[in-house]
Amino acid sequence: MNIHEYQAKELFRHYKVPVPAGSVAFTVEEAVVAARELGVYPVVIKAQVHAGGRGKAGGVRLVNSESEVLQAAEEILGRTIVTKQTGPVGKKVGKVLIEQGQNIARELYLSILPDRASAQIMIIASLAGGMDIEDVAASMPEKIIKAMVNPLIGLQPFHQRQLLFGLDLDKTIARDFSSLLTRLYQLFTEKDCTMLEINPLVITGENQLVALDAKIDIDSSALYRHQDIVDWRDEAEEDPLEVEAARAGLNYINLDGNIGNMVNGAGLAMATMDLIKKAGAEPANFLDVGGGANAEMVAEGFRIILSDPKVKGILINIFGGILRCDVLAEGVVQAARKSGVTVPVVIRMEGTNVEKGRRMLADSGLNLITAVDLADAAVKIAEIAKS
Amino acid sequence: MAIFIDKNTRILVQGITGREGQFHTGQCREYGSTVVAGVTPGKGGQDADGVPVFNSVTKAVSTTGANCSLIFVPPPFAADAIMEAADAGVPLIITITEGIPAMDMLKIKNFLALTDSRLIGPNCPGIISPGQCKAGIMPGSIHLPGPIGVVSRSGTLTYEVVHQLTRQGIGQSTCLGIGGDPVIGTSFIDCLTAFENDPETRGVVMVGEIGGTAEEEAADFVANPMNKPVVGFIAGLTAPPGRRMGHAGAIVSGGSSVSGGAAAKIAAMQKCGIHVCEDLGNLGRFCKMIFNQAISEPR
Repeated sequence: MNIHEYQAKELFRHYKVPVPAGSVAFTVEEAVVAARELGVYPVVIKAQVHAGGRGKAGGVRLVNSESEVLQAAEEILGRTIVTKQTGPVGKKVGKVLIEQGQNIARELYLSILPDRASAQIMIIASLAGGMDIEDVAASMPEKIIKAMVNPLIGLQPFHQRQLLFGLDLDKTIARDFSSLLTRLYQLFTEKDCTMLEINPLVITGENQLVALDAKIDIDSSALYRHQDIVDWRDEAEEDPLEVEAARAGLNYINLDGNIGNMVNGAGLAMATMDLIKKAGAEPANFLDVGGGANAEMVAEGFRIILSDPKVKGILINIFGGILRCDVLAEGVVQAARKSGVTVPVVIRMEGTNVEKGRRMLADSGLNLITAVDLADAAVKIAEIAKS
Repeated sequence: MAIFIDKNTRILVQGITGREGQFHTGQCREYGSTVVAGVTPGKGGQDADGVPVFNSVTKAVSTTGANCSLIFVPPPFAADAIMEAADAGVPLIITITEGIPAMDMLKIKNFLALTDSRLIGPNCPGIISPGQCKAGIMPGSIHLPGPIGVVSRSGTLTYEVVHQLTRQGIGQSTCLGIGGDPVIGTSFIDCLTAFENDPETRGVVMVGEIGGTAEEEAADFVANPMNKPVVGFIAGLTAPPGRRMGHAGAIVSGGSSVSGGAAAKIAAMQKCGIHVCEDLGNLGRFCKMIFNQAISEPR
């Protein structure tokens, strides 16, 4: 689960990680008040959306007076920000973070994330703060310092020294840097983060460390033990169809293509999307109804796909194991009767109770196209894509 | 022969009295698997459809000689269940549970490294050696005993692959899902090593997906070299960067350099001599062509 920068900074404050003074504003008036409360210029206004690259997209402004705050807030609030991470549709800005400007002497980079292969918690630091870390890794790999922490022993002083000496930081800041690492590691593990990134982490002219930016992702599987973070969920940042699907317990992602699809199991769902592409069309979504879906969930999934105006045809691909084919058929018939089927639907199913399921579809009187296997389904989708 | 489980496997089910645990214990027994014990703390002394239930894994193992644990415990308690099984010395721990926090898995993986236990999963369909033993949730009926090993990060996609193999008359030695989570117990390389060393296995189908670099590492291992032919398939060519595709581990990381993408995995596998099939609809026929020689050669 993604959280906003201002929320990540709230976590930082809670763990005593230094961040600039500031607060979030939802309206222009609130932005002006927030700036007034800071009392000193320059002030930084930052668009709060779930995407990186906001600066380049015009979502971050440095201003020097109240009239500039007013102007910048008016321009940023409500506008749509398009970055590499938002995709071409972009994200509408509903709130801005108003922060005190900092006297920046140096910019560092710091991130923490789990390393899948080694099952260690990896801390990455670099002197090339402010840059995209992937670019640094590609062009100046020697500038990247890593420490691998075994989660059974946790962060130790030697890890801190690896980073400290690796970055060749000044002695006067060593103690602050070590305690910063300790607090961030604690936050990372206690709050079940899957990613924590500070870019840049600055050293100010007063020789203070300050987290100028903050990006945190929380493990969705661990949300049951973090109700405080669940409350931060911002549905305005998500696709409305995805929010609807999530409420029904479905795993749905809205995509750009025009062939909708409904599949049981994530791997098979991805492979089915690939099959659609190979047949000369583009998938309109990813939808995994899961192994234990009931007829209602299938019906809801079908309804969500049908409500997407892009969809010109649908492929249903079910390999019945736990989810039986007759249950699937019941759900499809239910949904088709209720919402009406306006586009061609190809159904391929296999596995438990397949004969019963096929019979139910045939007896329904609905205009559904049956595919005998996946190769056949691909041919039938290609025909729809061409027409 | 087969890998990891065979007709001598004695299964203990952790979470046997839950809905999933109960249902799948029945399915495994129907297939012919030997289920000797169940564990549900607080329900020791009861029986679940004739299987004795114990309060602890240690007690279940010492009483019944179980050598494999199948875990259906819900996510908040699954990490504890895995560690309990390892602590009791169970050599093979298969975890079906989906949704175990990554932080828990990081600790478990490091803890297991200190024990002799092998973990398969979590978030996986389990493992089956057709005709011998089923310790998982896959439909038993689609399998056929034979010479090809199947290893996959997915559930239903594995069933699809196995179904196509069976329809081509190609049987399987062992089929297993290693799980769709970012941190898992048993890797592709562990399974490829076991298949390479299993005299009954003549070839392997490896089913990967986007996210991480496990497929690339496995490809290096195949080139290292493995003597048996390997067919590969990768799901997720059309997955957009930065989105988690159902499985916790299935994500192509965004940013300026994309990593974990399907195209890179396919290229790495092809470079290392893996026969990559890019058309799932024809995977069975593709395998028949590739494995034909390996299957028909006299031993």
